[in-house]
Amino acid sequence: MVKKVFYILCLSLFFQISTANAGSEGSEELSKSNNSAEECFEGFSRAMFKFNHGLDKVIFKPVAKGYRALPAPIRKGTGNAVDNLRSLLTLSNNLLQGDLDRAGNTVARFGINTTAGILGFFDPATKLGFEDQGKEDFGQTLGTWGADSGCYFVLPVLGPTTTRDAIGLVGNVFIDPVYQITHNTEIRNGVVGNGNYSEHNYYYYRTTGAVDFRAKNIESFDSLEENSIDLYASLKSLYLQNRKQKIANSTSSVETQDDSDWEEIDTN
Amino acid sequence: MKKIFFITIFLIFSLTQKSYGYSSDPKQFISEIVEEAKGILVESNTKEFKTKKLSEMALKTVDIKGVAYYSLGKYRKELNDEQLKEYMLLFEKYFLKSFTSRLTDYSDPKIEVLSVEILNPKYTIVKSLLLATDKKPEVKIEWRVYTKNPDKPLIRDLIIEGLSLARTQKEEFTSVIESNDGDVTKLFITLKEFIAK
Repeated sequence: MVKKVFYILCLSLFFQISTANAGSEGSEELSKSNNSAEECFEGFSRAMFKFNHGLDKVIFKPVAKGYRALPAPIRKGTGNAVDNLRSLLTLSNNLLQGDLDRAGNTVARFGINTTAGILGFFDPATKLGFEDQGKEDFGQTLGTWGADSGCYFVLPVLGPTTTRDAIGLVGNVFIDPVYQITHNTEIRNGVVGNGNYSEHNYYYYRTTGAVDFRAKNIESFDSLEENSIDLYASLKSLYLQNRKQKIANSTSSVETQDDSDWEEIDTN
Repeated sequence: MKKIFFITIFLIFSLTQKSYGYSSDPKQFISEIVEEAKGILVESNTKEFKTKKLSEMALKTVDIKGVAYYSLGKYRKELNDEQLKEYMLLFEKYFLKSFTSRLTDYSDPKIEVLSVEILNPKYTIVKSLLLATDKKPEVKIEWRVYTKNPDKPLIRDLIIEGLSLARTQKEEFTSVIESNDGDVTKLFITLKEFIAK
């Protein structure tokens, strides 16, 4: 069933990609294009946003605060270990994007951190010159292939997304080695599978990653919440800017922020 | 006697210039702001003191008028002179409250100013790094400096980890206006509510 849905979504995306490519005259133009995405179901999305916000107040934030109480080296190590496992999904996407340089860096980091870094708890790879080049997911891969973001909407629990990124979420399942190993406990064709793991391991890892992320952003989110006049719109803007930057694999705002709307404003 | 008078006037003028003036070099300008902010945000200072001093600093170093126009986007052309005047007054209060509130929670921030990138004669991006603490990861901060008047650079945007605060604010304002059928005065009411809270 999931596969069927995935293929249908891929097919619809194919038409989107074709349209996006037809309308674009180069990667520069594409990367600097306006980062707005059409709202498809704004009423539903705002309701989901309220639901998620409530859930965050009652569950996620208190859990993140509890996690924050752990000693800093434990938190740092846990974050490193989760990132190390997550890098396998990044590797799949590096390869799908044809980015062999980054794929090589991801492999080196995973190898060094899993061994010398004791299952990823420490990060000796960075000290050896293999710096973290950021996470990749299938939504980003679709973006690099030219897929437009499509509609913006908010999913329950999972939060903000777009049509492209929602398809990416499903796609991640198929190309994430951690998911495949933990969900295929019996050896199939000798390719994947390990009886030592179960699906629970995958969800523990993903939940820990989410808690670690929330704990690192407690103050930032509090500040955003306190200083926003429309928190839903703020998060939408930040989400879309962030995705655009990640798809462009850029650390420079000069490459991703559209300057044209500043040009006409002269004040001195 | 006259000589002493002129020397005194000159000294007062020089000292006044030094205490209120900033460098015209964008990188140095940002370094000076960072140093000034560090001095204000020391833990022993009260929140009221920090708010007052940060507001004074923002009024001198941020192009509040430019950010106000930018935040209104296409709707600024729909305002008449009176509305524009009201908007500018409201925006300044909103901006200072929001700006100081975001910063007063920081104590002794460690920011390194790294490099500059000149985009064109009107804009320079100054790149800096907020160093990691036990609780917070390292954060890249880019400052969009408006250099149309090369003697008096002004900040127009802060881009944190690639996310523009001005753009986020603009999209927030647009959302408020559009969810009220394009009525800009509803934004004024929202701003008033924010200022009053």
